[in-house]
Amino acid sequence: MTFSTGDLLLILPELLIITAACLVLVLDPVLRPSDKDGLVWLSLATLAVCMGLTASQMGIREAIFSGLVVIDTYAIFWKLLFYFITGLTILLSYSYLKEERLYFGEYYGFILLSLSGMMVMVSAADLLTMYLGTELMSLSLYVMTGLKRAEPRSLEAAAKYFVLGAFSSGILLYGISLLYGATGSTRLPAIAEAIAGHGFADPLLAFSTVLLAVGFGFKLAVVPFHMWTPDVYQGAPTSVTAYMAVAAKAASFGAFLRVFVEGLGGLKADWSAIFLLLCLATLVLGNVVALVQTNIKRMLAYSSIAHAGYALIGVVSAGRIEDSSGIASVLLYMALYTFMTFGAFAIVAMLRKGGIEGEEIEDFTGLAKRHPLAALLMLVFMVSLAGIPPTAGFIGKLYVFRSAVEAGIPWLAAIALVFAVISAYYYLRIVMVMYMRDPVAGSSPIPQFVMSPTLSIVLTCAVAGVVIFGIYPNPLVELAMQAVSTLK
Amino acid sequence: MTSFPWLTVVIFLPLAGAVAVFAVKDTAIRLTALAVTIADLLISLPLWWLFDASSDQMQFLESATWIPSLSINYRLGLDGISLPLVLMTTVLMPLCVLISWHAIETRMRSFMAMLLIMESAMIGVFAALDFVLFYVFWEAMLIPMYLLIGVWGGPNRLYAAVKFFLYTLAGSVLLLVALLVLYFQGGHTFDILQLSQQTYGTTLQIWLFFALFAAFAVKVPMFPFHTWLPDAHVEAPTAGSVILASVLLKMGTYGFLRFSLPMLPDASRLMTPLMIVLSIVAIIYGAYMALAQADLKKLIAYSSVSHMGFVTLGLFMFNIQGIEGAVMQMVNHGITTGGLFLCVGLIYERTHSRQIADNIGLTKPMPRYATFLVIFALSSLGLPGTNSFVGEFMVLAGTFLWSKIATALASVGIILAAAYLLWMVQRVAFGTPHPHLLPKLRDLNLREMATLVPLAVLIFLIGLYPNPMLTRMHASVEKVIARFSPPSHEQVSAVPFPNRNTVNLSGDNLPLSAGSVDVEMTLTDLTRQRP
Repeated sequence: MTFSTGDLLLILPELLIITAACLVLVLDPVLRPSDKDGLVWLSLATLAVCMGLTASQMGIREAIFSGLVVIDTYAIFWKLLFYFITGLTILLSYSYLKEERLYFGEYYGFILLSLSGMMVMVSAADLLTMYLGTELMSLSLYVMTGLKRAEPRSLEAAAKYFVLGAFSSGILLYGISLLYGATGSTRLPAIAEAIAGHGFADPLLAFSTVLLAVGFGFKLAVVPFHMWTPDVYQGAPTSVTAYMAVAAKAASFGAFLRVFVEGLGGLKADWSAIFLLLCLATLVLGNVVALVQTNIKRMLAYSSIAHAGYALIGVVSAGRIEDSSGIASVLLYMALYTFMTFGAFAIVAMLRKGGIEGEEIEDFTGLAKRHPLAALLMLVFMVSLAGIPPTAGFIGKLYVFRSAVEAGIPWLAAIALVFAVISAYYYLRIVMVMYMRDPVAGSSPIPQFVMSPTLSIVLTCAVAGVVIFGIYPNPLVELAMQAVSTLK
Repeated sequence: MTSFPWLTVVIFLPLAGAVAVFAVKDTAIRLTALAVTIADLLISLPLWWLFDASSDQMQFLESATWIPSLSINYRLGLDGISLPLVLMTTVLMPLCVLISWHAIETRMRSFMAMLLIMESAMIGVFAALDFVLFYVFWEAMLIPMYLLIGVWGGPNRLYAAVKFFLYTLAGSVLLLVALLVLYFQGGHTFDILQLSQQTYGTTLQIWLFFALFAAFAVKVPMFPFHTWLPDAHVEAPTAGSVILASVLLKMGTYGFLRFSLPMLPDASRLMTPLMIVLSIVAIIYGAYMALAQADLKKLIAYSSVSHMGFVTLGLFMFNIQGIEGAVMQMVNHGITTGGLFLCVGLIYERTHSRQIADNIGLTKPMPRYATFLVIFALSSLGLPGTNSFVGEFMVLAGTFLWSKIATALASVGIILAAAYLLWMVQRVAFGTPHPHLLPKLRDLNLREMATLVPLAVLIFLIGLYPNPMLTRMHASVEKVIARFSPPSHEQVSAVPFPNRNTVNLSGDNLPLSAGSVDVEMTLTDLTRQRP
């Protein structure tokens, strides 16, 4: 293997992020507690620089490191999204960790490490590189999940996440090795070439595709591979939950789409059928089980499962049509989903009841009277998650349903919409308790919403994204279409 | 036309007002809201005279690219069908603000903001010429209405609010799929006018018809889908009930007229028997239910089901009388039922009861109130000289062409309407009031009079001189009908009967004979059209 300095320059953002992560890890023990805020600013500054660097790469398509990594607009789209989410997560964590009295400098180091994993995932043109990225992301997330060391729930979540994550990674690897056996390569272009003309009639090919689908199914948390999600989302510190629900899911979609389109594009009629089943199961189970949740983090966990189902509609459609609008709709959906889900988790994180989080739905009772602004923002996020115009959630649904209709499966859009109505019920329940109920007097400490400058930045970004892209989604749409046009 | 963006201003002024409401002092909230709604009314009024009645084209057109990748445009325009509905909305909104002046005790700021957001969305629905834009306005109404019912409603408001929300959302689910299918079948456009000129296969039309039917029938509400209505009406605050009954219900029938009929003519024709049966069932069933109600709001809610049955009945006649009568009825029902709900709200403010049994004998202590109540009730039962007579008569005349039995059955609804409304008036207006309530029964003050007078004036104005409205809608309605019988279009417009019809109706005592003349003329037309 050979590579030039030019290759290194192209992965400068990745290198910078990893350097910053190491710096944070090294500096943390030596800094005085009062100076530790500096680590936050260091991380944010690195993100800003990398955002500029990545944006300047827009439009290129370079395969580097002998074709292990590819830098194209598709990867750049996801990377920009990851920077944005990571920035929001760091800002949210800054307030949240103080409230939780969790002082770990490593926290920011792990966030950056997991970010670099995600960046590798979406840039990987080789299955093993992609696997490395996945592991880097996941291992960092396992640690972050268990960060609330005093709380058994957090530890349990970390253990659960680790075991199931390792299990799914094993399946993914098994799929990769079988695919290698069938095609003789782990490079996506070579795989695409080798399977041209072959179908699921080749059992090795069929088996490896299914295994890859299952492995990614775990990472994407689609039914029936979702079992870890509610427990992990509930147990993890909420800022980490937000990060997992948004960034990790987006990264998994990014890698998943590249593998299935660039590598296994020749089998798309076959995998489309697999994902149709997963999609239906995810829509049904995610939405129905969310109905009965009383804990808002669990509810949002099931909601995020359901939203993966909506995004899968785009994937299913992509397998049935020639143009790339199906894939573009998935990118758009995940980008829009970011704003609303992150916003909702940010509100949950900062609703404090004494020293702990008010994470029961009951804790939102009467919030509109105590904190009208927080309630209004939550209303906007819930409405958007339910997919009601004029919010981002509606635009996302419009585009995936458009793909479904174009792909000749309007009935899938109809089913998904029926479940969108069901989802409206549980999202609206939050609105109802906030606006239409009064708290029972004399009960446990009344949850208060803790506002802070960094949090207000997070919420402003989230709500601006939901509203602006709900009314004028065009820039994001153009970007998504440009991104998928580079996908071979 | 004119380059001034009338419709954009009319739509978004209330939205700007909703933001402004949050910026003003506590004492100025109501005045701000009132000023905004009146300003909106004043801006929309000139449209009535600027409108070119001889044209069947959309007017006051505005167009801008919105989402080019899906060829979604921001397109607005009015024709003779949507113009009266927009004006009805702008007329009603100041009254809704006025009626809420003291009735709303908590969170006045948010309440007024919700009313104003509703106004923007409602006008947007009537003015949108792009299917996605229409859908956005259509759905955007759900949340403010949900909050209006759920936050400021009566004791059982949570149940009513959720029921309203889920019913309407579930109904409009398939609308989105239908509009996407139309997009791909109709040439990659969401332009309502272009989509209305395409021809689709019959099977596809039937599928689409049912998809649209689900959305519109829930909103109207047509017979089996009406159960959300009484709950929502009873629990909503007065202004919410007025908006629901007067404007929201019209969106369903407007949807049929704007989408189902012109886009899916074959399916509409095939489904006519179903629609007629459901309409007649709604007319009679709604009236029977109204007879049995002890709660004033419920009574009016069921009467709405019955009256909206006339509208859907008229729409699916596919003739001038039927459809013009239906559009008239849409406006009339908005005015009359709006007035009745305002009356109920006024008495509820005083006695805190909506039960008929608690509010009896109001003529003595509240003569002005009783006068208005009687006017609205008589209008609602279709007394000649009031607005509803014109509309109901035209619908029945149109129905007569199609089936005498259907006409007879629908007429039963009118008789029942007279029964439940007169019985209600007899109990509420006459008799002896409860002595313990007497001190509370003060007559209407100036503000309250101001909320009722405009509607009462409109009732007689339209009742005695419907011509201006009919001439404005005529060309547009003919355009819809032309979709059903393209070859005979010239013949229909060559015969000047509609003019005679309207002229005669505006006279005092000739409508019946005039109607029968028309009936014969159109009958011959129709026999020519239909094999």
